[in-house]
Amino acid sequence: MSNVLVVAEVSGGVVSKPTLELLTAARRIGEPVAVVFGAAGEGAATLGEYGATRVVEVNDPAFAEYLVAPQAEALAQLAGAESPAAILLASSLDNKEIAGRLAVKLDCGVITDAVDIAADGTTTQSVFAGNFTVQAKVTKGCPIVTLKPNSVAPEAAPAAGAVEQASVTISDAAKGARITSTQEKAASGRPELTEAAIVVSGGRGTGGDFSEVEAFADTIKAAVGASRAAVDAGWYPHSFQVGQTGKTVSPQVYVAAGISGAIQHRAGMQTSKNIVVVNKDEEAPLFEIADLGVVGDLHKVLPAATEILKNR
Amino acid sequence: MKIVALVKYVPDATGDREFSDDGTVDREVAGLLSELDEYAVEQALQIAENADDAEVIAVTVGPDDASDALKKALQMGAGSAVHINDDDIHGTDALGTSKILAAAVQKIEPDLVICGMASTDGSMGVVPAMLAERLGWPAVTYGVDLKVEGSEVSIRRDGDTASQTISAQLPAVVSVTDQSGEARYPSMKGIMAAKKKKVEDWELDDLDLDGDDFGLEAAYSKVESTSPRPPKAAGTKVVDEDGSGGKALADFLVNGKFI
Ligand SMILES: Cc1cc2nc3c(=O)[nH]c(=O)nc-3n(C[C@H](O)[C@H](O)[C@H](O)COP(=O)(O)OP(=O)(O)OC[C@H]3O[C@@H](n4cnc5c(N)ncnc54)[C@H](O)[C@@H]3O)c2cc1C
Ligand SMILES: Nc1ncnc2c1ncn2[C@@H]1O[C@H](COP(=O)(O)O)[C@@H](O)[C@H]1O
Repeated sequence: MSNVLVVAEVSGGVVSKPTLELLTAARRIGEPVAVVFGAAGEGAATLGEYGATRVVEVNDPAFAEYLVAPQAEALAQLAGAESPAAILLASSLDNKEIAGRLAVKLDCGVITDAVDIAADGTTTQSVFAGNFTVQAKVTKGCPIVTLKPNSVAPEAAPAAGAVEQASVTISDAAKGARITSTQEKAASGRPELTEAAIVVSGGRGTGGDFSEVEAFADTIKAAVGASRAAVDAGWYPHSFQVGQTGKTVSPQVYVAAGISGAIQHRAGMQTSKNIVVVNKDEEAPLFEIADLGVVGDLHKVLPAATEILKNR
Repeated sequence: MKIVALVKYVPDATGDREFSDDGTVDREVAGLLSELDEYAVEQALQIAENADDAEVIAVTVGPDDASDALKKALQMGAGSAVHINDDDIHGTDALGTSKILAAAVQKIEPDLVICGMASTDGSMGVVPAMLAERLGWPAVTYGVDLKVEGSEVSIRRDGDTASQTISAQLPAVVSVTDQSGEARYPSMKGIMAAKKKKVEDWELDDLDLDGDDFGLEAAYSKVESTSPRPPKAAGTKVVDEDGSGGKALADFLVNGKFI
């Protein structure tokens, strides 16, 4: 059986959930080989538990100093040695860029933002703001596919997970975009937006006060999101924006409070399993796709729901 | 300094976007300059305005109607435009598009290429990286803030866990997000001036490219099927009165065993 390279994200020995999803999907196609930029540490065991036959650690100072071109170069070298049946990455800004560069280097087709991948490499994508489902397949070279987080349920399937090191040479050409400063952001303490089972988002209708949205979200252990109108107004940080130019989320339940439902917002949440809309305007377009629509003032509805659930 | 702004002509997102029978995006519906590329044009214009001697050239790869996208860029203030249009291009994927753009950039020889963060139709967000890879230039992408100082370009990127600054020597490829600052509306003067600006039409031959390498047949991936999302069954709607809305919301979560 041929190998499938999986670009694994491991931080402080913890493997990200999207990585476990990739390993699960990769097993349909071949034997997953996890590639870790840096050290896998205790994460190696997890990678093995989810099916990685091997864990290949690649290390080079360039990975931290420069924007993604070095990672793309390293992967191209690994792919040359492994001749994989496919290369899978989690959809993120950096990974999509890596995928694009890799496709040029290897002269292979690339599909981004797939929500599923079958054994024969056929991918499923959700396009045009989630209004269409597309099935596509790479027809030239080794398929490079980025998979959206929350697309596949991770399933354990223990494999050897033998750790090895690979050495790569990074050219000067790949060291063009230097990271000159990094300012870490404080963690919100809430579930990660793209991974959360429930997301509560606020829009212009919050009037700028997100405390009710946050209080409700915390009561039900949900992540908090925002519309671009709320972000543009400076009410909530951009990293929490849901939509075309923000995050795509696909939780069990998406609660939109004070959000009208512009196509660009829908693009980021339309595939949620259940949609709840709280809006005082009964004509708000988002009601069209709501499983539960509450016509009312979010400043009343959210605190009332919070109160009930808190005392449950 | 020579700055290329890459702009794409896309179907209007607020209209009914469809697929053609061959699985390509139906371009018969009303289109426009991809909104996300307006930000690229805006940044190009701002850099040019702050430089002594700079020109902005808008470049697109697309069908006849794509000239509308160039027109908008010219109205906003770009100095000239290049329209790459060839029958052999229909159905070209990101890999092919980036190859055409790379050839065009090599011909124009700019110091800086500014792209949008993603096109609003395909939305892969990979063309800038592919273009940089083909040119052997650095790519600094997803800038929310863009500065050119001397021979260096730097951006600020607002990531999920960190905010970073990234810099590169020119020539470079840059992409900017919709957080990079409002794009200007064309002024009356700009609209009048655009009529006299030069638009060059190039075919693949003009770039020494072979038509066989492009189009649907040469694409690296194939769309096997497209299906519209099934319409959603109507949900329940309640009007909040004396807390009934909050109760309905709480019940929905509890009864669905979501919490
Ligand atoms: C290229 C491009 C990309 C974009 N990307 C995104 C994106 O990623 N994400 C995104 O969200 N948008 C995006 N947009 C913007 C989008 O078009 C809308 O402008 C935006 O989503 C509107 O946000 P909103 O629904 O919060 O505001 P509005 O449209 O103003 O809606 C506010 C709603 O709140 C309701 N309301 C007001 N007060 C209350 C109250 N007290 N209680 C309950 N309801 C109340 C109102 O009835 C109204 O329906 C993009 C636009 C473009 C052009
Ligand atoms: N056909 C095209 N013509 C000109 N520029 C393009 C074209 N396709 C993509 N681009 C540029 O590349 C960016 C990213 O596009 P994409 O990878 O298709 O999401 C866009 O915002 C444009 O700046």
